[in-house]
Amino acid sequence: MNGTVLQPEFLVRIDEDRCDQCKRCLEYCGFGTFSFANDKILPNHSKCVACHRCVTFCPELAITVVENPLSFRNHANWTPRHIRDVFKQSETGGMLLTGMGNDLPYRILFDHLVLDACQVTNPSIDPLREPMELRTYLGRKPDVLEIKRNEQGTDLLKTNIEKNIKIELPIVFAPMSYGSISFNTMKAICMSAAKLNTLMYTGEGGLPRDLYPYGDHIILQCASGRFGVSPEYLNVGIGTQIKIGQGAKPGIGGHLPGEKIPENISQTRMIPVGTDALSPAPQHDIYSIEDLRMLIYALKEATGYKPVCVKIAAVHNVAAIASGIVRAGADLVYLDGFRGGTGAAPNIVRDHVGIPIEVAIAVVDERLREEGIRNKASIVAAGSIRCAADVCKAIALGADACAIGTAALIALGCHVCQKCYTGNCSWGIATQKPELVGRLDPEWGAERICNLLEAWATEIKEVLGALGINAVESLRGNKERLRGIGLDRTILEVLGVKPAGIGMGDYYENRG
Amino acid sequence: MMDLDERNVSGCGLSSMMNKKRVKVDGQAITKSMRNLRERGNGLGAGFAAYGIYPDRKDYFALHLMYDSKDAKKNTEDYINDYFHISSKEPIPTRKTESIIDPPVFWRYFVLPQEKFLPTDGDSEEDFVIKKVMHINTGIEGAFVVSSGKDMGVFKGIGYPEDISEFFKIEEYKAHTWIGHSRFPTNTPGWWGGAHPFTILDWAVVHNGEISSYGINKRYLKMHGYNCTMQTDSEVVAYLFDLLIRRHRIPLEYVSDVLASPFWKNIDLEEEDQRQIRTALRMVYGSALVNGPFAVIIGHNGGLMGLSDRVKLRPMVAARDGDWLYISSEEAGIREISPSVQNVWHPRAGELVVGELEEN
Ligand code: SF4
Ligand code: SF4
Repeated sequence: MNGTVLQPEFLVRIDEDRCDQCKRCLEYCGFGTFSFANDKILPNHSKCVACHRCVTFCPELAITVVENPLSFRNHANWTPRHIRDVFKQSETGGMLLTGMGNDLPYRILFDHLVLDACQVTNPSIDPLREPMELRTYLGRKPDVLEIKRNEQGTDLLKTNIEKNIKIELPIVFAPMSYGSISFNTMKAICMSAAKLNTLMYTGEGGLPRDLYPYGDHIILQCASGRFGVSPEYLNVGIGTQIKIGQGAKPGIGGHLPGEKIPENISQTRMIPVGTDALSPAPQHDIYSIEDLRMLIYALKEATGYKPVCVKIAAVHNVAAIASGIVRAGADLVYLDGFRGGTGAAPNIVRDHVGIPIEVAIAVVDERLREEGIRNKASIVAAGSIRCAADVCKAIALGADACAIGTAALIALGCHVCQKCYTGNCSWGIATQKPELVGRLDPEWGAERICNLLEAWATEIKEVLGALGINAVESLRGNKERLRGIGLDRTILEVLGVKPAGIGMGDYYENRG
Repeated sequence: MMDLDERNVSGCGLSSMMNKKRVKVDGQAITKSMRNLRERGNGLGAGFAAYGIYPDRKDYFALHLMYDSKDAKKNTEDYINDYFHISSKEPIPTRKTESIIDPPVFWRYFVLPQEKFLPTDGDSEEDFVIKKVMHINTGIEGAFVVSSGKDMGVFKGIGYPEDISEFFKIEEYKAHTWIGHSRFPTNTPGWWGGAHPFTILDWAVVHNGEISSYGINKRYLKMHGYNCTMQTDSEVVAYLFDLLIRRHRIPLEYVSDVLASPFWKNIDLEEEDQRQIRTALRMVYGSALVNGPFAVIIGHNGGLMGLSDRVKLRPMVAARDGDWLYISSEEAGIREISPSVQNVWHPRAGELVVGELEEN
């Protein structure tokens, strides 16, 4: 028997009464779903990934994409997902690959945390009338400040504060490597970071020269493959990042297929056209915390002591690891939770390795406080920050700022079809095919991303006002203003959050 | 165990007076002032702080202790004996009054840390006292340190201010600085330790308001060795003053840049040197920003201070009359003591009102 026993996941329906045969869909689909024969648009259902590019641009609204209603016999254990995966692997003999973040229905802790608001005993503040401050400084802070008056009677700051990065809202752009995303995507993000006065991270693919002018808003990544790393590159930005791990694929390296390495990517990454760019799982010069320290200080030396950020995936022992990283000299710790996105990852790792970002923030923040070193590094949290509420909750749990990747891509049109690793992204985002890349206008994209984050900033200010505080630093680590709903006692203790129903004084009677 | 430390929220009346030449008056004036603010309390807590009351024993830390039981007293005295020289001890005089029912027992001890414990890992005498006070408050059941400074003391409990004043015979103490507080808690603590002032060493704080940033202030203080144990947001202010002024030596004029910091838009407009200082203060001490509606009065052996939040959501009035400085939650509290005072003003949001005692 040949062929496949797999049935298509989606069905593409063309309403022939509406279709005027303009054939735009043939062109729009990056995955080659459509053909035209016998005066008809013919979809090849098994190629459809539900990216909705055709649906969005069909002038006649003639296309509908539906989930294939194919009913497997009901089985709580052998779900359609398991059955389909066995089919796929028995046909290919390969590891299953995927893109974007973990899509399994793990409990999303953010959705079980609620924020507080003022009533009567403390007034809420109206953000339309009063200032609400979101400015954040990322980096190492001294324990104590020394202010001294000189002979002329002028007070001077005596303490030398290491370089910090000022951002005007506590949201930054997550590292997404050049190669996995297109030039236009990267440019849209650079432009947004500059306009919003925040920052973006390069991924491990380096930074195209044309984007160097945005350097004041860029932290440059140095990952295990060292793609694109040169002294010049390291000095373009306001800081550097050592990538140890990524939330979507903790413990494994990166894999950019040769199809995604045309001329421009090859230039920036400094590798030949068409070769697979394989970044090793570990950094081969980092086999211990002392090694990490050497690289941190090497980067500091190379950049005139700009802040160094270390990015790790959230794993079981994240608190101890983060503490080691801070002690090794990192100025920022970037935590990437297990729902974080990726251009390409093995299914098994994406879906089954790592821990939620909510937990990682709480335990890292607590550990750094216990050790008295919380001021020595800022915490940037990432791994599926979906909305302003997630940002508020992450900050209340102890993060200094959140990083967004997928949310920014969705602003650019991404429909989370999870096919980034194919290089066929119909939206011009996760692809290097010139005809697809050209679809994404960076100006248009930047405007949409800025709109999104301006909306989020307004929402965060609204929440601060309701909480009766007017500066984001009063929310940071302020778990007293969070409550858990439907969470068991153990996880509440890990998060350091009280259950809903416990007020500020309710436990008094038990003590004193 | 999950940390379920709690706090009570409340509205309150505050009053205070300080004579910069250290002229002492008895407790009648402050009691009168507090009685006039009756509407701001509901009889569920009141207290007084008095400075300069133990001139003969001013070199000793005066530990005011509150006991619920004989055991508590015994255990605490054993503990104090282990770590301090006790120069003298006595019950704090009280009188039976109609309105105070079933009060705890109060003792005071004049102590110095035993030399053999000093200095341990760079600790000062003061840090040593703080640790021991926190140990008693968290570790010894039924015992509570009401105050622990030199030449000062706090008297507080459940009742209206005039009841507490009568109970503790406040009129018999003579002080150059007095602070009074009357409380309107939104729940019923039924615990004398929950009344204001809150203290550590010679810092005594009374507070009207609610500290919406309490959760992070408390965690920040914990990182610096202060345990918040009194189920109230107000105590954080006492610890923050101790941390900033005594331990970190932040000059007084910059304390409000931390506790009620100016907005960035104003900081950005400052001249270079000042901008640098204020920016650094917010960067480094962001977790010490006290956010939410508050007015606080803080006493210490150097004088008296008043501060309201960065948008002034709670009232505070100050007045100067000759050598006297008055700070109160309203003018009525001041006029009650000094009816014809001329120099009355409403401090701006985040403005630290400072009264400094002249050297002896
Ligand atoms: S884009 Fe729409 S109208 Fe045009 S050919 Fe395709 S289905 Fe028909
Ligand atoms: S970036 Fe493109 S390929 Fe990847 S999920 Fe989004 S739409 Fe699909």
